Amino acid sequence: MTDSPDLEKLEAEFAAAIADAVDMDTLEAVRVAALGKKGRVSDLMKGLGAMSPEERKEMGPKLNGLKDRLTEALAARKDMLHEAALEARLASERIDVTLPVRAAPIETGRIHPLSQVWDEVTAIFADMGFAVEQGPDIETDHYNFGALNFPEGHPAREMHDTFYFEPDASGARKLLRTHTSPVQVRTMEAGKPPFRFICPGRTYRCDSDQTHTPQFHQIEGLVIDEVTHLGHLKWTLEEFLRAFFEVDGVELRMRPSFFPFTEPSMEVDVRCARLGNEIRIGEGDDWLEILGCGMVHPNVLRASGIDPEKYQGFAFGMGLDRIAMLKYGIPDLRAFFESDLRWLRHYGFAALDVPTLAGGLSS
Amino acid sequence: MKFTLSWLKRQLDTEASLDAIVDRLTMLGLEVEAVEDPAKKLAVFSVAKVLEAGPHPDADKLQVLKVEALVEGQVKQLQVVCGAPNARAGMTGIFAPPGATIPVNGMVLKPTKIRGVESNGMMCSERELELSEDHEGIIDLEGDWKVGTPAAEVLGQNDPVIEIAITPNRPDCLGVHGVARDLAAAGLGRLRDGAVAPVAGSFESPVRIELDFPADDEHVCPVFAGRLIRGVKNGPSPEWLQKLLKSVGLRPINALVDVTNFISLDRARPLHVYDAAKLTGNIRARLGRKGEKLLALDGKTYDVEPHYCVIADDAKVLGFGGVMGGEESGSTEATVDVFVESAYFDPYRTARTGRDTGIVSDARYRFERGVDPAFVVPGLELATQMILELCGGEPSNIVVAGKVPDTSKEISFDTARIEKLTGLKLGKAEAANILSALGFGVTDAGGNLSVSVPSWRPDVEGPADLVEEVVRVHGLNEVKSVALPRLHAVAKPVLSPRQRRDRLARRVLAARGMVEAVNWSFIAEAEAALFGGGNVIPALKLANPISAEMSHMRPSLLAGLIAAAGRNMARGMPDIAMFEVGQQFESDEPSGQVLAASGIRRGTARPLGSGRHWQGKAGPVEAMDAKEDAVALLAALGAPIQSFQIAADAPSWYHPGRSGVIRLGPKNVIGYFGELHPRILDAMDVAGPVVAFEIFPDTIPEPKRKATRAKPPLALSDLQPLRRDFAFVVAESVTADQLMRAARGAEKKLITDVSLFDVFEGGSLGEGRKSLAIEVTLQPVEKTLTDEDIEAVSKAIVAAVEKATGGTLRS
Repeated sequence: MTDSPDLEKLEAEFAAAIADAVDMDTLEAVRVAALGKKGRVSDLMKGLGAMSPEERKEMGPKLNGLKDRLTEALAARKDMLHEAALEARLASERIDVTLPVRAAPIETGRIHPLSQVWDEVTAIFADMGFAVEQGPDIETDHYNFGALNFPEGHPAREMHDTFYFEPDASGARKLLRTHTSPVQVRTMEAGKPPFRFICPGRTYRCDSDQTHTPQFHQIEGLVIDEVTHLGHLKWTLEEFLRAFFEVDGVELRMRPSFFPFTEPSMEVDVRCARLGNEIRIGEGDDWLEILGCGMVHPNVLRASGIDPEKYQGFAFGMGLDRIAMLKYGIPDLRAFFESDLRWLRHYGFAALDVPTLAGGLSS
Repeated sequence: MKFTLSWLKRQLDTEASLDAIVDRLTMLGLEVEAVEDPAKKLAVFSVAKVLEAGPHPDADKLQVLKVEALVEGQVKQLQVVCGAPNARAGMTGIFAPPGATIPVNGMVLKPTKIRGVESNGMMCSERELELSEDHEGIIDLEGDWKVGTPAAEVLGQNDPVIEIAITPNRPDCLGVHGVARDLAAAGLGRLRDGAVAPVAGSFESPVRIELDFPADDEHVCPVFAGRLIRGVKNGPSPEWLQKLLKSVGLRPINALVDVTNFISLDRARPLHVYDAAKLTGNIRARLGRKGEKLLALDGKTYDVEPHYCVIADDAKVLGFGGVMGGEESGSTEATVDVFVESAYFDPYRTARTGRDTGIVSDARYRFERGVDPAFVVPGLELATQMILELCGGEPSNIVVAGKVPDTSKEISFDTARIEKLTGLKLGKAEAANILSALGFGVTDAGGNLSVSVPSWRPDVEGPADLVEEVVRVHGLNEVKSVALPRLHAVAKPVLSPRQRRDRLARRVLAARGMVEAVNWSFIAEAEAALFGGGNVIPALKLANPISAEMSHMRPSLLAGLIAAAGRNMARGMPDIAMFEVGQQFESDEPSGQVLAASGIRRGTARPLGSGRHWQGKAGPVEAMDAKEDAVALLAALGAPIQSFQIAADAPSWYHPGRSGVIRLGPKNVIGYFGELHPRILDAMDVAGPVVAFEIFPDTIPEPKRKATRAKPPLALSDLQPLRRDFAFVVAESVTADQLMRAARGAEKKLITDVSLFDVFEGGSLGEGRKSLAIEVTLQPVEKTLTDEDIEAVSKAIVAAVEKATGGTLRS
């Protein structure tokens, strides 16, 4: 039996060592020295077994208390050192947050205004129940003219400056379609009324100046059933233009005109204001010619195998490039086809700027 | 078609204002293109009197005038320096005050000093006011004009010129009388009577007329009328006629010719006058003969073709029927006996002769659209009247060959059709009134109207045309909007799979940082040839290209993209990522038009960014960048990427060693990718490297439409996948695809993925060998794999790869 060890002194000694530990390794050494297998407190606890019950009753709680207090102090010190180390690390980790990042591909890519406007037009007409039909650029005389009530040699053909290919062995020559109307004929031939569709596409005329390019784009619409009349045409155009130009008030003026494939035929002007180079649709005192239309000519229906006594309807056509220019204030048609990156970046649209009726046609 | 307001009023009795007339013309379908009021540009010019004229102290040719003139509403006396030799005291002329804009040159007058002498304003010459070319002196007015009288009034320049666009269906409105008829029908006045009284002849015409056509070409000139007027005195036509012609841009020639031009414009009835002294024998209309020539009125000599309609006498060709007369037989001021022609020429034949000769004339313009066949003889009578009036003379009896073609048409018109086609409720009576006012014969025998079409309206064929006539006169703007019925409460999708791919392709490529271009469908022959087109496909060569640079339909979108890259580089933009989705052409059949989604990358325009950057600069584009674009696009379009076969046999425009073809099955080419062939870039003068891809969306099989939108159930394993790496040394010719396929096939149940993570060539491996390292993912199915299981799979992988590639596991 030895003298009762001076537990208070021992505790003070270890408490000081814990408080002095400046890193995890030192702290661990203190723990081992006190509470490790051969630690001094562990040794004392091992000695309990050899004590008398009275001594044990006295020393047991003392030693257990000492062990608990040291364990707690060690943990507290450990937390503190950990926290200090993290602080020190964070203090050393600094970046210049103003450094520029690379432009993301999604940011630099562009959709051509024509594609964008085409998607807008599709969204509107799809909602009005128009399907989308397409046809070839290289056409026969029959589909581009004959079936559309342009008789051979008729001066109306001269309104279309047509690109021709060389005649084949039989003397027939193909041509580049001068309008998207051949698609009407092809679609009507292949199906049965009623019809409600639009046909967009690339068209060609042998013409080149400030406002004409040898290729351009048209969008044409056709409705054929037993009752559709001019009033429906007017409504359809008003609703389309209102939605497309994203304005509330659209006023149309229909003027009689002539197209071989419609009867009656008309050109449509829209009320606008001209402010310098800008044209505002739906306000002002000016009129802007925007499209041609009419009731489909009985000869065209007949040529497509449809009985004109039973069926009737309207057709309209407009320049996709032109309405793109009007809506987005693009001054020069020729630039559409010049692929100048500066122009495309300026007038083009972001990849995910997809026009929808729910989200709005343009952002 | 141009006419003046006063000319219109010769045919239309109206009090309507110019604005009202102009508005109504447009709303009738006679679109007004321009209204030019000459009074406007002369507004500040007025009559002035020269009070004194004295010499200039410092210049022999100048005079100093004292002028009484109207300036800013007040009559003042001003000093004007003038260089005109005819300036003299006491004369009256036209004065331009300071501030006036001189019409001929746009110069704005300012008070100034000329050789030290003050000068305020200017006395004008005719040329300065664009009245004539006369610049010999200042205008010297005849008569007694008050100072300050507006110049437009004094000079007769107060007749506005109206220019309208006539659509090809309205030949009747190529004469002022026809325009007036439309306006009168629309309530803007009363049409003056256009009937022409016959003029009795006093002798038989010594010149006879014959029609000489083969039986099936008689329609070319079915009727030809004429008469001789002898003893005329030709010369300048009277002032009023000259002024009318000049105001619409025609040059007065002589009275005889001016009469024919006037009637052509006034009544849409072209005529021709021959100097009878220059004719040999009789006149006949016939087809041309090879070897004949014509010196036409435009001073050019034309070869006659056998399909032309010509007018000839017994000796020579006198003119092209309906197109242009000849120089030699035309009238001059010396003409004494004149033969007047009024005929009907077939529109198509006239158009063809006009096109083939390239002659553009007022006569052709009218005949090819269709003149009124019933006005052949009245037109001749009208010309006779005017010639007798202006030139005197004695007319023969009229000679007529052939007969006026019967163009009469009766249309049974159910007026209910107006509402059915237009939605406009218009009574039968109103319809009948409008049609009558337009010259249609209308009979209402109960039920349908019986409508006879006037001879001047070849465009009206059926009830739809009558609806147009009624509605256009009634007012198209009266049509009210009616909603088109909705087909479905919620709109159904309308795009076809092809259309969806087309628009998706654009969005995908733009999302990859590329800029969408829209290039020309036609390119130069040399460029087309570089991409497999050009003269090897003659069907795709335009017969009438707008320029040699745009002569062939493009066989590939790449030509346009590369050219665009060159243009952008020249503007200082070397890094280019650009694409187009559009049509390219293999043949002139609809099936030969192929949809392509193609793109190029040039410079450092790599998928993740271009140019220099502090985190590291982008290197030059590589073939694999184009493959990445192609594969990303195909994945987005729903193509079965796992099933692709990729081989290194791309077309000639790609670099032979750095390009590939993507196929699905042995024949179906989905697309190409790779570096472009340096020779192509050289030929197009674009510095490389340029990489490119071409994808043909229509070659991707359409996914089968499933009965339900539900996706297959997701089978997830509780067992962890494990991954093992293998590196093989193989010959350089072994492809990554061969190796990966072998590894994947080694154990089909457990191996779920094989990815290639390292390629190493040369170094310690030696010449002609490379190392490919793969990571294989094993997914246990029923139980955790034991070491033995894993060892067995590894051995199988090594064996399969070694067998397939002849390579060895790298140790």
